[in-house]
Amino acid sequence: MFRLLIRASALALLVIVLGLVVVMIMAALSSIRAFGWWFLFTSIWDPVAEHFGALPLIYGTIVSSVLALLIAVPLGIGAAVFLSEVAPPWIRPPISFLIELLAAVPSVVYGLWGIFVLAPWLRTQVQPALGATLGFLPLFQGPPYGVGMLAAGLILAIMVVPFIIAVSREVLLAVPDAQREAALALGATRWEVTRLAVLRYARSGLIGAILLGLGRALGETMAVTMVIGNRAEISASLFAPSYTMASMIANEFAEATSDLYLSALVEVGLLLFVVTVIVNALARLLVWSVGGAVKEVRE
Amino acid sequence: MKGGLRRVVNRMMACLTAFAALLVVLPLILILAFLVYQGASAVNLDFFTQLPKPVGEPGGGMANAIVGSLTLVGLASCLGLPLGILGGVYLAESRDRRLPWIIRFLADVLNGVPSIVIGIFAYTIVVLPMRRFSALAGGFALAVIMLPIVLRTTEELVRLVPASLREAALALGIPEWKVMLRVVLPTARAGIITGVMVSVARIAGETAPLLFTAFGNRFWHHGLLQPIAALPLQIFAYAIAPYDDWHRQAWAGALVLIVMIFSASLVARIVTRGRFSGLR
Repeated sequence: MFRLLIRASALALLVIVLGLVVVMIMAALSSIRAFGWWFLFTSIWDPVAEHFGALPLIYGTIVSSVLALLIAVPLGIGAAVFLSEVAPPWIRPPISFLIELLAAVPSVVYGLWGIFVLAPWLRTQVQPALGATLGFLPLFQGPPYGVGMLAAGLILAIMVVPFIIAVSREVLLAVPDAQREAALALGATRWEVTRLAVLRYARSGLIGAILLGLGRALGETMAVTMVIGNRAEISASLFAPSYTMASMIANEFAEATSDLYLSALVEVGLLLFVVTVIVNALARLLVWSVGGAVKEVRE
Repeated sequence: MKGGLRRVVNRMMACLTAFAALLVVLPLILILAFLVYQGASAVNLDFFTQLPKPVGEPGGGMANAIVGSLTLVGLASCLGLPLGILGGVYLAESRDRRLPWIIRFLADVLNGVPSIVIGIFAYTIVVLPMRRFSALAGGFALAVIMLPIVLRTTEELVRLVPASLREAALALGIPEWKVMLRVVLPTARAGIITGVMVSVARIAGETAPLLFTAFGNRFWHHGLLQPIAALPLQIFAYAIAPYDDWHRQAWAGALVLIVMIFSASLVARIVTRGRFSGLR
């Protein structure tokens, strides 16, 4: 009896995941039939004419996540190296604690801070300065709105950095001490030990940590919705408003009036689901390969 | 002086990594500082006891949203905790090879699925058939998010219970389910409580999956089959509205939410530190 009960409870998870896949595919079916592959490659999103193309959303999602990683990866790995290799032991627990707190702050609070602190700061200080100095690049042209791709990238960077640090630190701690001792014995400085013996050994695990961060950035919803400006257009400038798949769903799902409209939004969700599953599965395989158990802070 | 250069590089990199750690901690301090600064001036007794006032009237509170959030978390726990804990026991105890591996992998996959996608799932299987937004749908979405976290922490902690304890109980002729309920789970209790608190802290702040399941409500909810308010939803709605008074209330709501979440995480930490250390 008891064995049956616990087995059934575990199977519930299987049923939920399978159910999720089946239900979403069924709900997205009419949109998949209507638009086929063009859904991914056209950029008109017109609920009135019932024509839906997700290209601007895909673009916005990828660019905001890549921007976030460009900022978060050097900082996150640097901080993880500091915590596991450089810092004196007494300083590690308080910093780890602060970073765990950072991971527990809900998305909507980051969004609130983004709207009222980050975006005004970008509008009045950062964007005019960037425009004046680097304005010849198409990346930094256009009026400074504050909200837009740059704000989304920054807030995402702040949000994924704790995850990158947490996983990287686990990976670095899983590197055997013999690696470090061997390098030290050859007369390497601490940095050379880190670079040659530790980082190289942990490389695939660190890539896994970065991919886990990417998975989070791709699916992050509330904070991005609040600061990205929500306009389904492709623009080269980081100052321009944009849209991501997740924020489109958040904004329009409850208001979707026609069946096809709803179906198109579900298809966007399905797309997001497939991409994040692939990214996460890859990440876990890589992290497992180093032998560091993925210890989640909040996940 | 090659050695000198190497030493300089060594110093420089140490400073750079310290700088990276500092830069990472900085936003947290900034965010918390703003939260306390903006929120503390807006939190008062009314905030905890009053309903939201109509647009234009100052004052009012988020009592309905606080109760709503607690209701939603409670609903999700009723669904997610028993399944998660029992399923975790299965993962730790089963001597099968394949099924536990599949479930463990799927739990990790489900963990990485964006919460908004889980919102869509809850919408299609709960909201659509019932033809209305409801607390039940919101609770279901949160339960799906919480399930893999509880499952995996329970598994890890049940594994840590020494086999000798279990064997001793079994040798006394106690049936397996009783060994599990009276010996193994109590031994792992502190750790399981930690897992529960961590998952509660996570779902209490979730907004995206509630947008089109619980939907939000400016009044008290009547029954679980009606739309219900939730603190994160209210913060979101107030933050993007154009009224200054609502912005102040959004900061207050965020402060209250953060305090709730941090206390849950703190309880998790304290419980683990106190009793759990003896188990390792």
